[in-house]
Amino acid sequence: MIGFIVRRLLALVPVALVVGTITFALLHAAPGDPAALMLGSEATPDQVARARERLGLDDSLLAQYPRWLLDIVRLDLGDSLFLDRPVTTAISERIVPTLQLTLYALLIALLLGVPAGVVAAMRQNSLIDRLLMLLAIAGSAIADFFLAILLVLLFAVTLRWLPSGGYVPFLDSPIDHARSMLLPSLALGVSIAGLPARLIRASMLDVLHEDYIRAAVARGLSPTHVALRHGLRNALLPAVTVLGYTLGDLLGGAVVVETVFNLPGMGQLVVNSIARRDFPVIQGVVMVITGCYLLANLLVDVLYVYIDPRVRDRYVGR
Amino acid sequence: MSAGKARLTSDEALRSRPSGWRATYQPDRRRSWYRLFVSTPIAVMSVAFLLVVALGAVFSPLITPHDPRFIDPDVRLQAPSTSHLFGTDELGRDVFSRLIDGGRVSLLVGVTVTLISAALGALFGIIAGYYRRLDAIIMRVMDGFMAFPGILLAIAVVISFGQRASSVILALSLVYIPAVARLMRSTTLVIRELPYVESARAIGQSDPRILWRYVLANAVSPLIVQCSFIVAYAILAEASLSFLGAGGDPEAPSWGIMLRDGQRLLGPAWWMAVAPGTLLFLTVFAFNLLGDALRDALDPRARERREDGVVR
Repeated sequence: MIGFIVRRLLALVPVALVVGTITFALLHAAPGDPAALMLGSEATPDQVARARERLGLDDSLLAQYPRWLLDIVRLDLGDSLFLDRPVTTAISERIVPTLQLTLYALLIALLLGVPAGVVAAMRQNSLIDRLLMLLAIAGSAIADFFLAILLVLLFAVTLRWLPSGGYVPFLDSPIDHARSMLLPSLALGVSIAGLPARLIRASMLDVLHEDYIRAAVARGLSPTHVALRHGLRNALLPAVTVLGYTLGDLLGGAVVVETVFNLPGMGQLVVNSIARRDFPVIQGVVMVITGCYLLANLLVDVLYVYIDPRVRDRYVGR
Repeated sequence: MSAGKARLTSDEALRSRPSGWRATYQPDRRRSWYRLFVSTPIAVMSVAFLLVVALGAVFSPLITPHDPRFIDPDVRLQAPSTSHLFGTDELGRDVFSRLIDGGRVSLLVGVTVTLISAALGALFGIIAGYYRRLDAIIMRVMDGFMAFPGILLAIAVVISFGQRASSVILALSLVYIPAVARLMRSTTLVIRELPYVESARAIGQSDPRILWRYVLANAVSPLIVQCSFIVAYAILAEASLSFLGAGGDPEAPSWGIMLRDGQRLLGPAWWMAVAPGTLLFLTVFAFNLLGDALRDALDPRARERREDGVVR
């Protein structure tokens, strides 16, 4: 198992290298002087020169590139131009709400999506199947931030049941934490839920055509029992790997939804940085979230090997 | 061994065209794809709705009841009425007119991004799938782009290249090219092993000709299906970028910017956010339904799966 994890980690190296190179290239391929671009049009030549020196932009690209890669490996993402602290510090102060929101939304998406997918597959082509799939498409067609706005309009502005924004840390008050996170998690979770629903339905339909399902039905087992114990258990496996990719949508969506609710997460950090043209912070957040996404996919792969005995035997070799 | 050069009579040609890239196709189940598409009410409704939005966007200077940029402090934050169908915003601008005009940005970005991603994605994907030696390099780069959550890559690109519509188009193309490339690569991997490609090679056809006439021609239907989804995602992503303040020209009315403005005034003027959000939803929904209907019409495997029953 450890050998497998190490191999998967090593496979991440080229991807991470490409990711780093793209981010580096973005800063330098952009037309114009990055330093001048960052400081805006009102900057004096003197300020630009100082910024260039601080960022090491006067060296050749060939000299800058390895230094940049080395800095990333050492988890040094540079300093924020405005916040007066290293980017890693700024991000670590903000990472918790974003990850919490992502996790809660994932739970909601699975709680809604998996049962919907199972029911739709069991009643293929029925009215309920068509209705559920239409809902799933509608869910992925609604902008997560618009869903967030609608929820605020209904539950905060009109009914006044829940706060329209703000964040309470879990340890301060679990109940207020839940109240502050409920609407953002719902907005993000519902807008993602269509994906697991469609995935589970598709892989359930593949599985339900297998001989062992027919055999189980022929033995007289109840349809629900067959669908859940024989069908879902096998259908989950292919769905799990694809689910890893939805984490990218979730993390990206979390960044957008956060801003609607004023959650002090990485999304708010990014939006403030866009307005201030704080390049290092934007790049830092992009790299950190991409890193989270890659690691989450690695975790999904490991989980996959762990839960599927056929794959486990191939890799662990017992 | 359809497609290629064979000249068939109209009906026969229509029937066989999308079938080339699949081997397990049962002729007796065949119906021409466009007839199947037209017989799906949802698909027809989606196309009709999208046509209305598109016509509105194209002819917006002629048909908007008010100038979408005209500021009129006398009618600030007015609720929907007959003179202002969807109300006015905090500067007294007519929301309905801004909606029609905002469709220009959304559709321009959506369609341009899709054309660019389809062209370049198909090019990279087919080359990677056909020339196995280039496969590793091309696909590693594509994997690198796909490793970014799309919206974040787009933000980084737009901010580096400056907030213009062209930057948004570049940014979103970079997001969707790898997805097209991945699909076209896997489709090419299947097609390149088919007998008609081998016979084309055997009679000495050049590689570019094989790729164009045989590989691409037979990979077109999955590409078309993916394109209609990319239009949907690109429109949604453009709105997200504008909403976050990382869109193109902040002065041009766009649905994302209207939502951004409306979000701040939800209490006093709910229509400012609900109107553009609903139109955005309906447009993206219509493109998604269109994609689904196209997939069902073009891919008989999906159709067959839909037709035969399953254990209840």
